[in-house]
Amino acid sequence: MGFYLAQFLTGLASASSLFLVASGLSIIFGVTRIVNFAHGSFFMLGAYLAYTFVELMPHGILGFWGSVIAASLAVGLIGVLLEITLFRRIYKAPELFQLVATFGVVLVIQDLALWIWGAEDLFGPRAPGLEGAVRILGEPIPQYDLALIVLGPAVLLGVWLLFNKTRWGTLVRAATQDREMVSALGVNQSRLFTSVFFVGSTLAGLGGAVQLPREAASLLMDLNVIGEAFVVVVIGGMGSVPGAFLASVLIGELNAFGILVFPEITLVLAFLVMAVVLIVRPWGLLGRPDAVLRGASGPPEEPLRLFTPLSRNLILGLVGLLIVAPFIADEFTVVLLTDILIFTLFAVSLHFIMGPGGLVSFGHAAYFGLGAYGAALMVKYLGIGMISGLVVAPVVAGIGALIFGWFCVRLSGVYLAMLTLAAAQITWSIAFQWQDVTGGDDGILGIWPAEWASDKMTYYYLTLLLVFGGIYFIRRVVYAPFGFALRAGRDSALRVEAIGINLKTQQWMAFVLAGVFAGIAGGLYVYSKGSIFPDELAISRSVDGLVMVLLGGIQSLLGPIIGALSFTLLEDLVTRLDYWRIIFGGVILFIVVIAPEGLAGFARKLLPDRLTGKTEEEARS
Amino acid sequence: MPVKRVQSMLDVSGINAFYGQAQILDDVSFSVQAGEVVALLGRNGAGKSTTMKTMMGMVKSTAGDVTFMGSSIKNLPSHTICQKGLGYVPEERRIFTELTVMENLEVGKQDERDGAPLWTPEKLFELFPNLGEMKNRPGGQMSGGEQQMLSIARTLMGNPSAILLDEPSEGIAPVIVEQMAFTISALKKEGLAVLLSEQNLHFAKLVSDRAVIVEKGSVRYQGTIRELEEHPEIRDAYLAV
Ligand SMILES: Nc1ncnc2c1ncn2[C@@H]1O[C@H](COP(=O)(O)OP(=O)(O)OP(=O)(O)O)[C@@H](O)[C@H]1O
Ligand SMILES: [Mg+2]
Repeated sequence: MGFYLAQFLTGLASASSLFLVASGLSIIFGVTRIVNFAHGSFFMLGAYLAYTFVELMPHGILGFWGSVIAASLAVGLIGVLLEITLFRRIYKAPELFQLVATFGVVLVIQDLALWIWGAEDLFGPRAPGLEGAVRILGEPIPQYDLALIVLGPAVLLGVWLLFNKTRWGTLVRAATQDREMVSALGVNQSRLFTSVFFVGSTLAGLGGAVQLPREAASLLMDLNVIGEAFVVVVIGGMGSVPGAFLASVLIGELNAFGILVFPEITLVLAFLVMAVVLIVRPWGLLGRPDAVLRGASGPPEEPLRLFTPLSRNLILGLVGLLIVAPFIADEFTVVLLTDILIFTLFAVSLHFIMGPGGLVSFGHAAYFGLGAYGAALMVKYLGIGMISGLVVAPVVAGIGALIFGWFCVRLSGVYLAMLTLAAAQITWSIAFQWQDVTGGDDGILGIWPAEWASDKMTYYYLTLLLVFGGIYFIRRVVYAPFGFALRAGRDSALRVEAIGINLKTQQWMAFVLAGVFAGIAGGLYVYSKGSIFPDELAISRSVDGLVMVLLGGIQSLLGPIIGALSFTLLEDLVTRLDYWRIIFGGVILFIVVIAPEGLAGFARKLLPDRLTGKTEEEARS
Repeated sequence: MPVKRVQSMLDVSGINAFYGQAQILDDVSFSVQAGEVVALLGRNGAGKSTTMKTMMGMVKSTAGDVTFMGSSIKNLPSHTICQKGLGYVPEERRIFTELTVMENLEVGKQDERDGAPLWTPEKLFELFPNLGEMKNRPGGQMSGGEQQMLSIARTLMGNPSAILLDEPSEGIAPVIVEQMAFTISALKKEGLAVLLSEQNLHFAKLVSDRAVIVEKGSVRYQGTIRELEEHPEIRDAYLAV
């Protein structure tokens, strides 16, 4: 009995810190509609800054809590700075841009933190006066945990009062529903948004700071917490603070007890609960339905472009160059080209589901990874050959997409994006935690191509063949009736349903198709590297795909190809440097702010018409 | 060139507006004096709401000018325009449904303004007695007519010198329409300039001094309400019967 109570209290204590982060995320989302990846970075900065302040300030109770407060406020100011310089520019941008931009911020902050605090984990002090434990029903409960259990509801009460008993709170709640109207009533939106960012990031900073006595400050804190915070916000309902509290307690307890029953898959549990909640109540436990509708907006897409003779010739030239490349380039370049080709297929498949399909996927790495792991596991346990492996890869990825896709196509906008992210996190946590089967962090090694394909050049040609085949197939699908129906459905779901097309089924099939081709890319990848690690399924791999699509510009079919090429080259160039993240993040931010139509669109503005092709309408007239 | 008249409260001259590629307004001009009610008439989709949104800075105009009490407000941010004393009551009311009546009024509240009547919730409840009886009711649980009154009251909390009313009679019961007419006369007496967008000609005639008729984004007719009554062919040409 005592043991379960202790477990319950541990759950509540972790729920408190999670609630602080998630409520900040939820408040910011509610008003600005920004899905802020960098919120995890605010949490991390809270912990690091608290560490620094504790070192600086006189020790003792006042020193400790003073440091915690100072750290939270400092993080709040960092949030304000970012809002004014960056986020303000992307409030009207499509979700993809916002997400990728905030991920750029994550990268930049990671390197800044590395530069300031170093790579070592920093162990903070115990909270003075709360170092001991109390016995409850015979079980020792840390005093600090009890303090956290009180802190969570106290902050909930404070936030509730702020929202319901002050003019500021009234304005924020009004802006959550209709920010244009609030503006027409004389309220300066920019200032309101900045203040909302201050409150939200301060809460994240506080969450990180109070975590310091329980958890060392480390560079992994940001992405570790953001996944869970997303889950909490989605379960609770975007924009609802009480919802965030409820969901934090739910997830905290689920983790505390889940670890007793299924220690292997605690991470999966949280995401499963989220998936179930989203299906039953798509807007979360205490959320409002309108967030679903308002989340999904962006500028209308340009029509697809047809090739002109000149651009067709250019592409043929490029293909020719790729075919002769191994004869003129060294082996290192051939390996790099293989990588580029693989990621091109990955990017094209993601572009297919996002552009023509109109479904924003934040977790496409899941299908890349499923393909790679599918093949690797078969090789490891059944000893199948390379050809079978390359067949298994898309099949496994396709089955994964079939299952996750069934849930995903039922949602739209931000919620869809979150569910795809959750799906990817589920696959990641299985690969990461189920050590007996997947090797966990150590990955699976020794997955080499068959004898005949083992030299770099042959494998390159094999890749070239499959990637070209895949791209050609996807292009055909886009211009087939299926592709037209898909794009029509994206632009006006109601009208497409009205002419008797079952849009959900169409989108589901498109989701599976995108998964299958990502799976082929994953299969090719695992044989080219000889190994696979959970990283290939992680958030950052999904974001890589998004950056490729964004780099190339979402409007054109050539976009993802250009995007994958420039991304892989840039990555190859930059990751050799010590502080590559800051450069990479900087490049991302630069593109989002300066060239939001992507490199392809940017080039099109500069290039003459006969090179860039006409839209379908122009061609017809 | 039009003759420069004595300065009006609100002056719209030669504005246009686009949604994407589509031109919605073309060279729209009219003015409203202090203490005057002007009806902006036109069929569905004629461009009445777009005219008002452009005046509020919610839609940008690339030509002409909008002046309010002598200074240009064209393309300023909405909140700045509102703070200068131009109130806006949107079509479809746009009440904050999660907020109570009192909280909705709080959102509209602005500082006192020289030369404009000062409104308090108490004074508004005299004008709209129904609202006074449901101070703590969430906006989402009110009838259409009640929401319309709340929307007007919310805008008045900003103590405006002029007010844009977009189809206040739309979709509400006849008794309430009457009450609305009374309200508008009360505002006129307080010296406010009122621009009223309407399809309901009967209602417009009750309260307005002058009429401006728009059709396909251009002004087709301007004159007093009396002139309009004397020329039914104009009404038949530009307005739904
Ligand atoms: N957000 C928008 N995007 C594109 N077109 C729009 C948009 N809003 C209005 N329009 C178009 O602009 C034109 C003018 O619309 P507006 O709302 O100003 O008309 P209105 O006179 O207020 O009509 P109603 O009496 O129906 O309210 C219409 O043809 C309408 O279809
Ligand atoms: Mg209208």
